[in-house]
Amino acid sequence: MSAVGHELTHDHDHAHGHHHKETFITKYIFSMDHKMIAKQFLITGIVMGIIGVVMSLLFRMQIAWPEESFKVFSWLLGDDFAPGGVMRNDIYLALVTIHGTIMVFFVLTAGLSGTFSNLLIPLQIGARDMASGFMNMLSYWIFLIACLIMIASLFVESGPASAGWTIYPPLSAVEQAIPGSGTGMTLWLVSMALYIALSLMGSLNYIVTVLNLRTKGMTMTRMPLTIWALFVTAIIGVVSFPVLLSAALLLIFDRSFGTSFFLSDIYLAGEVLHYQGGSPVLFEHLFWFLGHPEVYIVILPAMGITSEVLSANARKPIFGYRAMITSILAIAFLSTIVWGHHMFVSGMNPFLGSVFTFTTLLIAIPSAVKAFNYITTIWKGNLQMNPSMLFSIGFVSTFITGGLTGIILGDSTLDINVHDTYFVVAHFHLVMGISALYGMFAGIYHWFPKMYGRMMNKNLGYIHFWVTAVCAYGVFFPMHFIGLAGLPRRYYTNSAFPMFDDMVDVNILITVFALVGAAFQLVFFWNFFYSIFYGKKASQNPWRATTLEWTTPVEHIHGNWPGAIPEVHRWPYDYSKPGYEEDFVPQTVPLRDGEKDGGSH
Amino acid sequence: MTSLLIIVIVALLGIAVWQLTKIFALTQSSSKDEAYRSEIATDKDNNINGYLMFGFLAFIYILTIVSVAKWGYMPFLSDAASEHGADVDNLMWISLSIIFLVQFITQFLLHYFAFKNRGHKDKKAVFFADNDRLEFIWTIIPVIVLSVLILYGLYAWNNIMHYDEDEEVLYVEVYAKQFGWDFRYAGDDNTLGKANVRFIDGVNVVGADMSDPNSQDDRLAKELHLPVGKKVVFKLRSQDVLHSAYFPHFRAQMNCVPGMVTQFAMTPTVTTEEMRERESVVDRVNKINQARMKRSADLVAKGEQGLESYTFDYVLLCNKICGRSHYNMQAKVVVESPEAFKKWYNALPTLGQQVAEEKAAANPAPASPEPVQNNVEEVEIVVDSTAVAAQIAN
Repeated sequence: MSAVGHELTHDHDHAHGHHHKETFITKYIFSMDHKMIAKQFLITGIVMGIIGVVMSLLFRMQIAWPEESFKVFSWLLGDDFAPGGVMRNDIYLALVTIHGTIMVFFVLTAGLSGTFSNLLIPLQIGARDMASGFMNMLSYWIFLIACLIMIASLFVESGPASAGWTIYPPLSAVEQAIPGSGTGMTLWLVSMALYIALSLMGSLNYIVTVLNLRTKGMTMTRMPLTIWALFVTAIIGVVSFPVLLSAALLLIFDRSFGTSFFLSDIYLAGEVLHYQGGSPVLFEHLFWFLGHPEVYIVILPAMGITSEVLSANARKPIFGYRAMITSILAIAFLSTIVWGHHMFVSGMNPFLGSVFTFTTLLIAIPSAVKAFNYITTIWKGNLQMNPSMLFSIGFVSTFITGGLTGIILGDSTLDINVHDTYFVVAHFHLVMGISALYGMFAGIYHWFPKMYGRMMNKNLGYIHFWVTAVCAYGVFFPMHFIGLAGLPRRYYTNSAFPMFDDMVDVNILITVFALVGAAFQLVFFWNFFYSIFYGKKASQNPWRATTLEWTTPVEHIHGNWPGAIPEVHRWPYDYSKPGYEEDFVPQTVPLRDGEKDGGSH
Repeated sequence: MTSLLIIVIVALLGIAVWQLTKIFALTQSSSKDEAYRSEIATDKDNNINGYLMFGFLAFIYILTIVSVAKWGYMPFLSDAASEHGADVDNLMWISLSIIFLVQFITQFLLHYFAFKNRGHKDKKAVFFADNDRLEFIWTIIPVIVLSVLILYGLYAWNNIMHYDEDEEVLYVEVYAKQFGWDFRYAGDDNTLGKANVRFIDGVNVVGADMSDPNSQDDRLAKELHLPVGKKVVFKLRSQDVLHSAYFPHFRAQMNCVPGMVTQFAMTPTVTTEEMRERESVVDRVNKINQARMKRSADLVAKGEQGLESYTFDYVLLCNKICGRSHYNMQAKVVVESPEAFKKWYNALPTLGQQVAEEKAAANPAPASPEPVQNNVEEVEIVVDSTAVAAQIAN
């Protein structure tokens, strides 16, 4: 395989000796350069993230101060969705639905995986670009179209999709069940179908590039863990996204073509509907067959980034490189056989409940191994506390906190009482909304000099991290308690049940932390956008890291390296290696006589 | 107005931070080429953030302790009102203890190492890249701990999900719809008649098939009453979309799926009266009423009606997103002595009666000469699982 890769790179060498004339359009808009596409994914992901966060602030305000009138509701939601400034009850459900959809797919998958796969894969494995620049460009543009359609659904008169991001039928299938299941749901399905297509395009590109375009000397076990994580993430995506597409297609048929895949025996709006023989539980199986691997698609890239950032900033090799690879593979495999833990009380055969409890608690093991390896990486290191490092340490902290409650949820017996309560919401926000997000921030801070040739302001980075860290725990830690106490999720207001009346203060506290935390993200946005234009010019390797991307010139060029692609002679973690004066040895430096590669010395 | 003020304050704060940063940067003397170095962490930054990391550990611990102190009473873990609930709570206590312990230790190690190993230009990191023994240790320990949790969990799950066919049980149908609950008792023959939404008609809101003799003695109710100490098997149905019958006090939950009959069995062990007298519940009710009084005062000040004070009741909630009023789909659940239950139950009309009465009211002409047979004699409760199984197939 490496022989083929070598030939391909050899051909490319003389093709990029000269610059070809670029227009504004080919450089910034319809670019086929992976570095530009990475930035396009990032910026679009950030914008979608802002929309998602604003939505969360709106519905958190509604929960904390129920049925109160707010000017901002009138202003943002209009008089139909918020008459008199009071949020309509189905619009609350619409907000949580679109919030979840945007955050999981458009921010944490496209914005995290799309950005860093595009940026890092060719650079870190020593390739000129992705295997198919054209397909890569298409994947971004379809992403933008999917984003626009999802946003367009917010302006539909009957409201956007409102059946939760999990869009279970019959609620999502039948328009009479909730207004948002009309046109809004149709647009949701169109947007997601496009999204799945683009995701597959991207994943296939990443897999082929990693397998075929590694430079000379870059064996699979000399690849940075970031690449391993992004590579395995792409494989999971290829295996699981098509199943969501099948669920979406069958749902489209049920909605528009009279079929009954998911529907049977429904009496709604005074009449018996025609559907016969289908089962909503089938939808749940199909949805979660993607849904569960999806959350690992979200977290694995963040884990890969954390490995890189922790190691480079601790000036120490990542601890247990091979164990980390094994864990990534184990997590990927196990992630495909645990989906039923979302369905313990769905009415499926209880025997399945036992099976899925077993497999779910198994997946805790490689996750634990990774967490312990991260902690050992910083032990006896020489920690450079750059903002990216702070976020990576924060990643480990919140991943542990969030992951541990997964042990409760994965146990079918315990899930009976906490399923669909705020306990679940607290769990998945800690691991996805905080942990994975920290991974994304760490990646942005760390690779900003590579993306834009400039440095971000570190003091603003420190403020961003510390305020976010306090607010993140402030929002989601108290949530566990109201969840254990039985407070269901997706409730427009908690005031209909007197037994929840003593939880009002908790909900207000959560909302206040959320408002403050969200406000301080402005520090990040300012830092990010300002530094793109006015940040201090970066050196070629400001973090003194060993990986290949830092051997490219600061000014971007097509084909990444002027002249030949460097050859790799060692693994990427020779930090503070005994026998070397510098505390890092780039991968391109040949081994000395008698020197062994890898972790032994 | 407030939001505008907040935006302005945040913007001003942002500008202040920005300007301060710029001023600070100006005080650093460095050539333009080396200017980027000012954005890389210095020993001073490492020191400050190292201490902050340790401080953050204190924050995590304090947050945990304060949260448990303030809100630890909320999850009524010690007040399970069902037989299997005790097992669930036991497992929950064990699991929570384990994860709290792991959390305590790992967060300590992470943040302490972050503090202890904060960087310094004179320091050198240790080239410690792997250790198979360590990997083995921290793989095998989670395997053992999780295996114990799994085994206990599976044992409890099996007990909950499978009930003894020979045991005497009470069958009750829990019928969910947008946005309320109906209950159908299986009647004196303890067999629920077949049902389908196609048979919904007038007083027969759950669509019982009246041509099935088992339906005639079924009884509808809007409240769920249960005799203490007797196993009840809920047969759950939905009229329209997915709902979920959630009885948090009993540690019970099961989705209601249109087109399918799901089931959940439990034995209530504490009557409503008994629960009302428990100290923890009295405390809880007081706290709730304090909050309610506060809210009531606010409402009255606005000219709206105040709130009644709260007495404890078991409750059934909907716990699967089902539409606009998902947040207000509730029913009262009462657990009482077998005698009180019998009294309440006997006062319920049978479906057969109600349907006949409705027909008579609709057709006042003398078309029905005979009064409806009112079967009041005590019939032995027979558990006929074949009829119930047939209903599952329906």
